Amino acid sequence: MGLPDEATRRHPAHPPVTEIFGIPVQALFGQLLIGLINGAFYAMLSLGLAVIFGLLNIINFTHGAQYMMGAFCAWFLLERWGVGYWWSLLLAPLLVGVTGVVVERTMLSRLYKLDHLYGLLLTFGLALVVQGVFTNYYGSSGQPYRLPEEFIGSFNLGFMFLPKYRAWVIVASLIVCLGTWFVIERTKLGAYLRAATENPTLVQAFGINVPRMITLTYGFGVGLAALAGVMAAPIYQVSPQMGANLIIVVFAVVVIGGMGSILGAILTGFGLGIVEGLTKVFYPEASNTVIFVIMVLVLLVKPAGLFGKEH
Amino acid sequence: MATAPSVQPGSARAPRRGTILVATAVMAAALAVAPLLNVYPVFLMKALCFALFACAFNLLIGFGGLLSFGHAMFLGTAGYVCAHAAKEWGWPPEAAILAGTVAATLLGVITGALAIRRQGIYFAMITLALAQMIFFFYLQTPFTHGEDGIQSVPRGKMFGFIDLSNTLVMYYVVLVIFLAAFLFIYRVVHSPFGQVLKAIRENEPRAISLGYDAERYKLLAFILSAGLSGLAGATKAIVFQLASLTDAHWTMSGEVVLMTLLGGMGTIFGPVVGAFAIVGLESYLASFGQWVTVITGGIFVVCVLAFRRGIVGEIGAWWASRK
Repeated sequence: MGLPDEATRRHPAHPPVTEIFGIPVQALFGQLLIGLINGAFYAMLSLGLAVIFGLLNIINFTHGAQYMMGAFCAWFLLERWGVGYWWSLLLAPLLVGVTGVVVERTMLSRLYKLDHLYGLLLTFGLALVVQGVFTNYYGSSGQPYRLPEEFIGSFNLGFMFLPKYRAWVIVASLIVCLGTWFVIERTKLGAYLRAATENPTLVQAFGINVPRMITLTYGFGVGLAALAGVMAAPIYQVSPQMGANLIIVVFAVVVIGGMGSILGAILTGFGLGIVEGLTKVFYPEASNTVIFVIMVLVLLVKPAGLFGKEH
Repeated sequence: MATAPSVQPGSARAPRRGTILVATAVMAAALAVAPLLNVYPVFLMKALCFALFACAFNLLIGFGGLLSFGHAMFLGTAGYVCAHAAKEWGWPPEAAILAGTVAATLLGVITGALAIRRQGIYFAMITLALAQMIFFFYLQTPFTHGEDGIQSVPRGKMFGFIDLSNTLVMYYVVLVIFLAAFLFIYRVVHSPFGQVLKAIRENEPRAISLGYDAERYKLLAFILSAGLSGLAGATKAIVFQLASLTDAHWTMSGEVVLMTLLGGMGTIFGPVVGAFAIVGLESYLASFGQWVTVITGGIFVVCVLAFRRGIVGEIGAWWASRK
């Protein structure tokens, strides 16, 4: 692949704001923005994990790989067939979601009667396979994804410049998260879902096809990861390893929030992103580890997580 | 919520004590003559270090039912401490290995106390996250020399007269360490402590109602497992004269899970077989680059879907069904 084009170069991994050193306020807002963006991805990914865990009782280790697949899918669509960002937002989650459905039908469904840890081991193996295959073909270096034209440029907020695309990611992820919350907590479909989480046998007795619901839930969770991947593509480099380290942080986010509540997952995701951003301003050495440290503290004080239910 | 059923089917029918002792003797004899039969000693030492690592891991998952996804932190910590002690402080190898093991044990006390506060899947995620935190620490702290690692660690003379720079001598020292740890693990598993641990794995509420302090037993198992993993990591650092980030990375945690799963969780010999199989596979496929990751992942998937007892577990089940 060639060099990053005009649009990507204007939006490198760090926003232009941090380049103005010596002015703490702008640095602060810049890092807050990065934190908010990271938080948006933590929220979307931990939400997907929570939805899958709720019904399948499986921690989906492949989540990071599926996020990466979403980003690659968008990149493929653009580079090979010239399919733009907006269509990718729809197509990538669908395509990756379908692979999720296949995985659930052919593999995960055989494990429901066993210890839940087997699901973790299986999805871990799948993540290795997916990452290995992509690394084989694309190496470890990242591929840049061209920013759609309508997002070039930034809003001047007076105290800082807010790149349009970053504003869009925050808004879009909020819409996705709250939409998911609404469907699960406030619609009939969501009621079935929550009922099946509590007692699948009983729900099945009422004539609802629980196995199909489980399959579609997994597909939806996977699609959510892929959607996050598409949204991440123009910000981060599209690389085979992009999901691997992220997913471990998201696990810590899930432990901190507890998987009991959807809103909890969203709040924890955004909150921890912001905390991480602030750490970068005040104590940069700890910015990699701050989320894990918070996890330790939460485990000491409230082992079930901030929003978790004690069993 | 009902307690999770037994994680591993391998130990459903434990083989008799005599069989195990005979098998151990055969294994020890085979390993003792292996370098004389032109098997590459460095390969054997690597496999033995990983076998010890996997046995230590198996103590936790196979007999305690706790799946740790962060065991690389003990391997890596012990490696770094041992290498630092041997190289920078000029400690003799036995003291350096001991220092590494103690460091891993102490880390096990802290991380174990945190991780056993949650169970099952959460336990796996917490150990993974803690290990990642430790990994970032080693990535940033100066004494590990970042990506380079601690290189050219002196092997030195053990107890002042055993010259470890001779590969064959080094091999037999590694073999002795491995066998001692192996027998120790066997002893632990078949002690009253091991029996209580299994009882907790099978049914924690019942074990608690019988008056056992489940948390304490789990913590002790975790610490033992951490310390023995540390012994493996420290020995490995002396053997390869290197301590690097690879040993502390999460892929290493995954690898030890795979070795144990492939060999047979909850069996005495499974981790050894699994470690030799995986180390052999990796050195055989070394030229295939990233495909090794794909194959490793594939073995994971196949094991979980069709081969949950692992190699030794399957053989044991076949043996039992013959009678």
